[in-house]
Amino acid sequence: MVRWLLRRLGAGLVLVWLVATVTFALVSAAPGDITQRLNDPRIPPAARQRWRRDFGLDRPWPVRYAVWLRDAAMGDLGYSWLNHRKVLTVLGEAVPNTLALAGLGLLLEIGGGVALAIVQLRRPHGKGDRLITLASLSAYALPPFLVALALLYLFSFRLPLFPPSHMFSPAGELQHGLPRLLDLAHHLILPVIAIGITGMGAVARYLRGSLLDERSQHYVLAARARGASERRALLAHALPNALLPLITMVGMSLPFLVSGSLVIEVVFSWPGMGQVMYNAALGRDVPLLLGGTVLATVAVVAGNLIADIAYAIADPRVRL
Amino acid sequence: MKPVARPAGPLPVRLLLGSLFLAVLAVLCVVGSWFAADPIEILDPRAASLLPPGSQRWVIALTNGTTVVAEAVRREEDHWVVLRRGNDEELTAGEVTSLQLRNYWLGTDTLGRDVMARLLHGGRVSLAVGSASLIVALILGIGVGMAAGWRRGWTDTVLMRLVDGLMAIPMLFLLLLLAAVFRPSLPALVAVLAFSSWMGVARLVRGQVLSLREREFILGARAIGASPWRIAVRHLLPNTMTPLSQDAALRLGDLILAEASLSFLGLGVQPPVPSWGNMVAESQTMLLDAWWLTFIPGAAVALTVIAAALVADGIRELARTHETAVPWT
Repeated sequence: MVRWLLRRLGAGLVLVWLVATVTFALVSAAPGDITQRLNDPRIPPAARQRWRRDFGLDRPWPVRYAVWLRDAAMGDLGYSWLNHRKVLTVLGEAVPNTLALAGLGLLLEIGGGVALAIVQLRRPHGKGDRLITLASLSAYALPPFLVALALLYLFSFRLPLFPPSHMFSPAGELQHGLPRLLDLAHHLILPVIAIGITGMGAVARYLRGSLLDERSQHYVLAARARGASERRALLAHALPNALLPLITMVGMSLPFLVSGSLVIEVVFSWPGMGQVMYNAALGRDVPLLLGGTVLATVAVVAGNLIADIAYAIADPRVRL
Repeated sequence: MKPVARPAGPLPVRLLLGSLFLAVLAVLCVVGSWFAADPIEILDPRAASLLPPGSQRWVIALTNGTTVVAEAVRREEDHWVVLRRGNDEELTAGEVTSLQLRNYWLGTDTLGRDVMARLLHGGRVSLAVGSASLIVALILGIGVGMAAGWRRGWTDTVLMRLVDGLMAIPMLFLLLLLAAVFRPSLPALVAVLAFSSWMGVARLVRGQVLSLREREFILGARAIGASPWRIAVRHLLPNTMTPLSQDAALRLGDLILAEASLSFLGLGVQPPVPSWGNMVAESQTMLLDAWWLTFIPGAAVALTVIAAALVADGIRELARTHETAVPWT
């Protein structure tokens, strides 16, 4: 177990280093730099030169790479050109907001998917089953921004049930304790649904297939023979086994979750990592973009590791 | 346990439906956009903006080069009386060079541009960007996958670590990074999308090649002295076609979705060139007054991706029935 963990951690580190290197190379390959954005002709060349030195842009790329890598390894991702603050501070403020949003979205995705699959399995190949299969397929194909805008239109504009943007209402932000939490929950509902709904279809599609497979296994038949109801055989015997591969699937879908929440955050003006990255992209804030990409990769790698550990805990047959 | 062999049935309905939809869409967008109006032409932004679908308007060209869009037109002796934004306005007969009744099947956007024309042109852009980046991703992915699977050893390790690394980056983050540092242009967009997508192809092809290279017919080809290039093109590639085409169909949908997301965020296809994604972006502020402006191009993206997924599903089903009827070995 310990050896496995060490090996995986090592591999994860190599992966993160690789991503950092590739992204750094891509950014460095791009023509131009920040000083060209300040294209006011009245700026004297000397000032331009000084900025280039301040940003460390006058040094050759191997040096810049080495310096950046050294600082990143020590937990310093540099200085955001746009926010005039440390990259890590900017990201640190945004990450909890994204975690709340994406985490709840993931919960909805799994919970909703499992519920849908169980409903489908009541009467496989029946009308309800077919309808849900079709709906799942369409949900997968829906662009995230379209889902978000549709929710906004229906439940915020037409029926003003939920706030259209931000984490708190101006009044709610000043409060403490429960009222503040309720205000947050009120703001969370639409974006969480927007994130969860597309993945829900994929989970339901997958789980329906594996539940159908499990149901014809001997152990389920044996449970039925012992007098377990059809319902019990499905929920208590087949479901736990069908859920197992879902752990890996969720682990693998993490990059998509992070990508999906980016668009949702932009639509709902949610002050999370996606929003920060979006503004960084619009403002060509290279250090922030680099730092955010590396941090997101770390999150994905860590998520995969956690998924593997969770799998080993859930399935005693797997030894790490 | 292999199922009992049965003859290959007719083509799966899903495959037919999906490919028919894609084909019709491609023809509509390519041929239709020739006949449709100019998608970036702004006629009369004050009188022609935000018309609901199915509107009819008179488009009147004037001698001074401008155009006027009117609800109704009538001739009175030596001048025209046009109903524009609820008011009668007079135009002298000499001023008017042409007069034409135009149907706005899908209405107009905030600047009075024809949504139908924009949808067709935008579809052409979206489909072209999607397919071009798919082709680039396939070439890159097949090349890397074959090299890794065929050479094995160090080549394989290095290439696959690279693939793993790139796949661990959330795709939209990578796209955002690339779109931010490279100037947005159509070729750059294709390159960026392909770069974010080729890894899956490489992984798939590598897996196939790893198992194929141990088979007798490959051994035979090597024994008679076939070059690696010939083996790759004549033996390996045809045998990976089934999973590859299924993957390509799904990937096309993903790429179209990615292009739409990127254009929606303002980092993909740049206005005034229309694409489904930037049409949504441009109209989202008018969501409450003109919902169709947002949801028509959005639905076009969704339907295209569904069609691509149906094709992929159909190919899998076809392969399954085919495989049991005609065993390879």
